[in-house]
Amino acid sequence: MSVLEVERLVKKFGGVAAVREVSFSLGEGEILALIGPNGAGKSTCFNMLNGQLRPDSGRIRLLGRDTVGLSPRQVWRRGVGRTFQITATFTSMSVRENVQMALLSHHRRLYALVPLAARQYREEAERILDLVGIADQAERSCGVLAYGDLKKVELAVALANEPRLLLMDEPTAGMAPRERIELMALTADIVRKQGISVLFTEHDMDVVFTHADRIMVLNRGELVAEGAPQAVREDPLVKQIYLGAGHA
Amino acid sequence: MSFFVVQFLTGLASAASLFLVACGLSIIFGVTRIVNFAHGSFYMLGAYLAATIVATLPVGIFSYWGSVLVAALVVGLIGIVVEIVVLRRIYHAPELFQLVATFGVVLVVQDLTLAIWGPADKLGPLAPGLDSAVNIGGQLLPEYDVALIILGPAVLGLLWLLFHRTRWGTLVRAATQDREMVGALGVNQRRIFTSVFFLGACLAGLGGAVQIPREPISLMMDLNVIAEVFVVVVIGGMGSILGAFLAAVIIGELNAFGILIFPEITLVLLFLVMAVVLVIRPRGLLGKPELTVGAQPAQIAAIHLPGPATKLAMGVLFAVLALVPLFAGDFLLVLLIEVMLLALFAASLHFIMGNGGMVSFGHAAYFGIGAYGAALAVVHSDSPMELALVLAPTAAGLAGLVFGWFCVRLSGVYFAMLSLAFAQIAWSVVFQWYEVTGGDDGLLGIWPSEWASDRFAFYYLSLIIVAGGVLMLRRMIFSPFGYALRAGRDSPLRSDAIGINLRHQQWASIVIAGAFAGLAGGLYAFSKGSVFPDAMSIPRSVDALVMVLLGGVDTLAGPLVGAAALIGLEDAISRFDYWRLILGLVIILICVTAPNGIVGSLKLAFAGRRERE
Amino acid sequence: MVTRRRVLWATAAATMLASLVPGSAALAADTIRIGEINSYSGLPAFTLPYRNGWELAVEEINAAGGVLGKQLEVISRDDAGKPANAVKIAEELIANENVALLSGTFFSHIGLAVSDLAKQRKVLFVAAEPLTDAIVWEKGHKYTFRLRPSTYMQAAMLADEAAKLPAKRWATIAPNYKYGQDAVTAFKELLLAKRPDVEFVDEQWPALFKIDAGATAQALLAAKPEAIYNVTFGSDLAKFAREGKLRGLFENVSVVSLLTGEPEYLDPLGADAPEGWIVTGYPSTEINTPEHTAFRDAYKARYDALPMLGSIVGYNTMKAVAAIITAAGSTDTDAMIKAAEGLTVQSPTGPFTFRAIDHQATMGAYVGKTAVKNGMGTMVDWTYADGADYLPSDEEVRKMRPAD
Repeated sequence: MSVLEVERLVKKFGGVAAVREVSFSLGEGEILALIGPNGAGKSTCFNMLNGQLRPDSGRIRLLGRDTVGLSPRQVWRRGVGRTFQITATFTSMSVRENVQMALLSHHRRLYALVPLAARQYREEAERILDLVGIADQAERSCGVLAYGDLKKVELAVALANEPRLLLMDEPTAGMAPRERIELMALTADIVRKQGISVLFTEHDMDVVFTHADRIMVLNRGELVAEGAPQAVREDPLVKQIYLGAGHA
Repeated sequence: MSFFVVQFLTGLASAASLFLVACGLSIIFGVTRIVNFAHGSFYMLGAYLAATIVATLPVGIFSYWGSVLVAALVVGLIGIVVEIVVLRRIYHAPELFQLVATFGVVLVVQDLTLAIWGPADKLGPLAPGLDSAVNIGGQLLPEYDVALIILGPAVLGLLWLLFHRTRWGTLVRAATQDREMVGALGVNQRRIFTSVFFLGACLAGLGGAVQIPREPISLMMDLNVIAEVFVVVVIGGMGSILGAFLAAVIIGELNAFGILIFPEITLVLLFLVMAVVLVIRPRGLLGKPELTVGAQPAQIAAIHLPGPATKLAMGVLFAVLALVPLFAGDFLLVLLIEVMLLALFAASLHFIMGNGGMVSFGHAAYFGIGAYGAALAVVHSDSPMELALVLAPTAAGLAGLVFGWFCVRLSGVYFAMLSLAFAQIAWSVVFQWYEVTGGDDGLLGIWPSEWASDRFAFYYLSLIIVAGGVLMLRRMIFSPFGYALRAGRDSPLRSDAIGINLRHQQWASIVIAGAFAGLAGGLYAFSKGSVFPDAMSIPRSVDALVMVLLGGVDTLAGPLVGAAALIGLEDAISRFDYWRLILGLVIILICVTAPNGIVGSLKLAFAGRRERE
Repeated sequence: MVTRRRVLWATAAATMLASLVPGSAALAADTIRIGEINSYSGLPAFTLPYRNGWELAVEEINAAGGVLGKQLEVISRDDAGKPANAVKIAEELIANENVALLSGTFFSHIGLAVSDLAKQRKVLFVAAEPLTDAIVWEKGHKYTFRLRPSTYMQAAMLADEAAKLPAKRWATIAPNYKYGQDAVTAFKELLLAKRPDVEFVDEQWPALFKIDAGATAQALLAAKPEAIYNVTFGSDLAKFAREGKLRGLFENVSVVSLLTGEPEYLDPLGADAPEGWIVTGYPSTEINTPEHTAFRDAYKARYDALPMLGSIVGYNTMKAVAAIITAAGSTDTDAMIKAAEGLTVQSPTGPFTFRAIDHQATMGAYVGKTAVKNGMGTMVDWTYADGADYLPSDEEVRKMRPAD
């Protein structure tokens, strides 16, 4: 069974179609990359999947259930973890507390008034931090963390939801090239062990071709190519898009 | 028919002066994000200056309008002084902190005006050449109203040209959209802020100056106009000049025609309109999205569970307070009761404001509803104090349930102003509903039960309830609920992405904060023996804001220290004639030297020293 | 380290608090202390002349040897226009300053708040300026006396004059709060009792000190009244008078206006003062009885200004306080109450009596017409209306006032 099925997704802004009739599916444990030049519609597409934007038409099925019209909050509840292109963390909290926050939400303990939040799911949070390799940063405030570590916090927060699907919007953006490879290798390692499916967008082609099981190419809102990394790399249309229209 | 035409034109004339003051406030906010309470003071100064200057000149059209212009310019210069001396130093303070400094400016200007011009109202001359009325189909309209009707759109047009046809205007518009970007462009941001403040103050001064033929100059002009212009600016959309104009016209006309049908409406019309507009359009008529109030501090302070020493300190404080009655006189207890009750009130505001990022300009609604809840129970059903003290937080919590439902749909300054609207609506209900609430004559005879009527007993009752309340609020801040609330303040985007229903969480927090404010209000009623509408008035809300910000919004002890500082200070200096001047100066001084609030800045100072060591 | 800092400032806060509070004043045996509260910063235009008035009285009393052989010492405090403040200050005056009694207040609600505290703490309170009827009737009690002629009394004085006018179509304008409501209700009742043929065709309720004068005047015009009863005062009055005049509202319309003849309200209007309005007030320059001339001269000599209504109220208040203590022979509260009931006090405006039945003084007001002389508003054709003549019957008072 596929984790995510997308059918004929359409989104227009002021009459201009940002995403046109995009359809694809994502299998269990699969790592799928969505690439394309700037303005191709990757973010729009992503935001429809995570509930931030409502598609004009089309269907999104997550684990067999329709999610169109759900808010990001409800999409999370369906077992989706998510990282942002520009990190969004709770800056007044420590790294561990950020993960604890996600755990509290996952366990539906957000309305508890009496227990101390910092003592809830502490071990679980530390285990996840250990998994992503920032256990040593647990006590530091997210407000002072290095950017690369913030990206790892995002990953840890997403994992706290025991997700079936990870949506990662440019997970390595803003990082040094070596960190990028490391982070993606780490992510791939974790998701493969846990059987989590991943959909990610990425600019760094090295990252994409090293870790994706399959690649989709979006151009001007349309899916123009799809397949195994090697096949996509050879695709003349993709080459043309990435090298520029002038070479046609 | 001609009656309606004249009534319409009269409404337009009122709108014009409102617009002048409001657009200045809107421009200042748009660029600097400062919620300038002193704007009404600029307006008042404009009127005093214009009247003074015109009196020294020979009567004539040029001397009149010349005086008006000079007064406006002088007020602009005063604005520059305020900006350079006070505000420039605290642009990077936490959100809304500048508001406290401008509150200090209000106090200083009030007393200086009293000292310079004396207490009596002064009625300025009619404008030469515009001193009679024009006949419109048998109805008379003062010529000066016609001048104002022209002046409003003329100023609007000039401002449009200034903002769209000059480089300065382009920069200012850019700064309104994105402050950082202007800094990045290499433009002197300081100069832009100062010049914007000059323009805003000038417009307020002009608004005051043109009023002199229409109303006597009085020491109440500042506070009378400030709430009104805030409402106009918010209805129009913060930062939108055209919006301010539209809003002024709407208010002017609704008032002009509203009083024909329902004369009592004057009390609440403004706030009703604002509530309706904000519920329908959460950013006002022409407001642009994503305007947050004040600068987000680079790093929001973390909170820590109390360590053993903090617990010890809290224990010592409690012990000291518990021992005070053994050696203190009656009045010290009265004063401490007041400090404690207002500290609980401030702590309840801090619960949503510091922890939740929801700044409320109308938190007194809950304090007042609690006070009235208790008082009404006593007066109308003879309930004992114990029951009344249960009803007080219940009533206030219920009010939070209703008001909060609407408010959480808004954010930033719009949230603040919608809370204010609800507080004012609640205020007008108790003010007007004579049969039940006694109107402004209030409810009397709200004294404690026999066992607590002794001051000792009431002191301990207050101490226990306040200490319990403060501890509960503290505990909740550290609970998963409090953390989720803070998560929403830190990053709404991330909270949503991890499944936090932020609105719901905020709504619940308003109910909780409201209940604790109501509890403080209920006790307060019993401590005073009477309750009046001013328990939920704007000054009471401002008190709470000032306490929280003065103490330090990012610290848990801030509201308590802020309450003690403000009440203690007020009490210590209220024996002097010019106590407002002193209080204002002290507040400004605290703002400039401790831009993170008293506790916040002390913490930073200690932390800094520790790092150097 | 973090925590030690917290200890530091927590104790600092506690000590700061403690240091802010002055120690209890030592019992001053050689003076009689009077606690005095008013809205000095809230409404300086009215309360500063009031303060001048009572200060003058205290100086005169002390120069003449004081009261019961002791000097009067007035501890005066500013309530900033907030009832809760007034209550706090009253508590302080009672607890820390050992005052013999409380006096003062301007706003009705503050007067009521202090009155209620006086009842609770069993302290005598001589309310000076608040106009509310409730303070002696519905909320009256044995500890509170009130000096100034109340809303009802002044409305009754004007209703008498209004009844003599031919006008039948009346409109009212009053600030939208309790005082305005009471003033209109009393006037309507009293006028209708005398003149069942009149009708009230419009009423306007602008918010206090926030009148939209043009629109309000226009609205009144639309009702085409033959006479207008005005209760607005201060800046509202100035705006209303000016807009009404410009818009022709007062042409061929009689105006009856509460308090407008008081210099506090008339003076700021200057040459713009309305002419021919029937008003209650205080024509301080025109009253030439020997007692009043002496007072006016003393006041002018002391302050280089003419007395205002507040000045005479302040002066009479402190004279009444002195008279009460003298008559009681001590500062025992019950003795003072007993002495004050029925006590007649001599004053520049003539003698007045604190009625035993409701503790209202019979001090009157001056009723006349406004006029402009030498560029200033003044009152002409005035008479002194003795307060005793404008109070309801004892039976009615007993119905309204709770038994002690």
